[in-house]
Amino acid sequence: MKILVCISKVPDTTSKIAFTDGNSKFDTNGVQFIINPYDEWYALVRALELKEANGGSVTVINVGLADNDPTIRKALAIGADDAVRVNLDPKDAMDAAQQIADYASANGYELVLCGKETIDYNGSQMGGMIAAILNQEFISNATKLDMNGNTATIERDIQGGTEVLELNIPFVVSAAKGMAEARIPNMRGIMAARTKPLTVVEPSASFNATEVLTYELPPAKGSCKMISADNPAELLDLLRNEAKIL
Amino acid sequence: MSILVFANTAKNEVHKSAYEVVSYGSQLAQKTGDTVTALVIGDATNISSLSDYGADKIIHVKDAKLSSFQPSLLAQAINQIAEAEGSKIIVFSHDLTGKAIAPLVAVGLKAGLVTGAVAIPETENGFIVKKAVFSGKAYAHVKINTDKKVISVNPNAVEKVENKKSANESEATVNLGEARIKVIEQKIESTDIPLTEAEKVVSAGRGLKGPENWGMIEELAKLLGAATACSRPVSDMDWRPHHEHVGQTGIAIRPNLYIAIGISGAIQHLAGVNQSKVIVVINTDPEAPFFKSADYGIVGDAFEVVPKLIEAAKAMNI
Repeated sequence: MKILVCISKVPDTTSKIAFTDGNSKFDTNGVQFIINPYDEWYALVRALELKEANGGSVTVINVGLADNDPTIRKALAIGADDAVRVNLDPKDAMDAAQQIADYASANGYELVLCGKETIDYNGSQMGGMIAAILNQEFISNATKLDMNGNTATIERDIQGGTEVLELNIPFVVSAAKGMAEARIPNMRGIMAARTKPLTVVEPSASFNATEVLTYELPPAKGSCKMISADNPAELLDLLRNEAKIL
Repeated sequence: MSILVFANTAKNEVHKSAYEVVSYGSQLAQKTGDTVTALVIGDATNISSLSDYGADKIIHVKDAKLSSFQPSLLAQAINQIAEAEGSKIIVFSHDLTGKAIAPLVAVGLKAGLVTGAVAIPETENGFIVKKAVFSGKAYAHVKINTDKKVISVNPNAVEKVENKKSANESEATVNLGEARIKVIEQKIESTDIPLTEAEKVVSAGRGLKGPENWGMIEELAKLLGAATACSRPVSDMDWRPHHEHVGQTGIAIRPNLYIAIGISGAIQHLAGVNQSKVIVVINTDPEAPFFKSADYGIVGDAFEVVPKLIEAAKAMNI
């Protein structure tokens, strides 16, 4: 089975969030970038496990400029066979989804995986958009994915619970916690990643259905009101009479 | 024209989130001069109640193909109703259903999509939606450039405002393709309060020392009418189920009250909870970073403080 895993480059989870240029741009100064954890820990690792069990190939795809290459190489070090970068700074999720869908359809991928959301834009848009463009099913927030021939058994989170379903390839799935365990690349993987193919393809037409105008930080919290450990009842009293939430 | 609002149902009733999104649509309609059409798909007994929050019209679609959760068919149905109503703005809740469908609807209608909205859009200078980004550590003001627009609204982010209308209710039919997903089994949690919908949450971390000590956390949660949650190490060590893990890589919640017990407040944990309206932190370490993000704090041992809280809650009849 030919598997395509979408990876996004995001600021490390400990990054200080700040903005520049009149709050219109994320301040990358001193920020370390990583593969979006949902893409890496769950989507990519599960794709590799499926390949190890059933054969096939795993390609990672990213829509971005050349400064994304070190992040993409990390996915190769974890075990992807090859990588593709669509050479475009995407305007929004729809713009990136169109590029990925075009590549997936031109190259006959049977399963497309991505994380349930990125930790920077928190869109939860990519998987659904790719599926809709390809006229395939989209399985969101999946926590288990098993393949038996061309049929997948998937567990996904739904409103108020979970559901187990069956579906034939091709389809698109977004991965959530539970689908796999994160892998740390070993030295052999890191060495091999240097020579694995990272193909750069030029984008199809790009458009901006949406655009971020400005960012803002939430107002700073006022000071924390401390309550004595000897009298926790005071806390309940404050929650009832001051905060009015009990 | 009408703003089309997808009103989610659960257990044959209109879901709480549906009132929030209908009210959101109604507050937006007052700015744009539109009317509000609420779309209910599947069985629900109390759909008329949507008019209490501003629905001018309620469309009910019942189609056997939609009796199981089929996102692509739901999107087809919504797009057909949007077309028939001439709707240019479609509103969802950014819950698990909205996350599954809104991107499909946006592609189908060639509409710009903003997910996770936290405020009514500004419409004076273009159409600009404020959304949460960086896991709640910031907001972005996003302009939608397309003629048609799809918005999904963060649960519990926008107050619902009563706005009684006498809505016209009708049934509509849609023309759907074949279902491709075969649902084998559904497990709907019946007794517990689902964490993502809970208005109050009691959460505990490594400070509890072991899974055997969660009895008091559950008891306090029950007394307060709260759901229980946990930090990542606790879920990684399998002290608590994965679905209770809140934080950057677990689930993000925004309850009215979040009580964190024995959680130091690492930045990744804060990212999942910092949109809570009131945060209470109970920790033995006065230097725990969580106190900086808290509204109320107690420096003390959970094993002493929590039993006292339980006693006090019982005495106060909470």
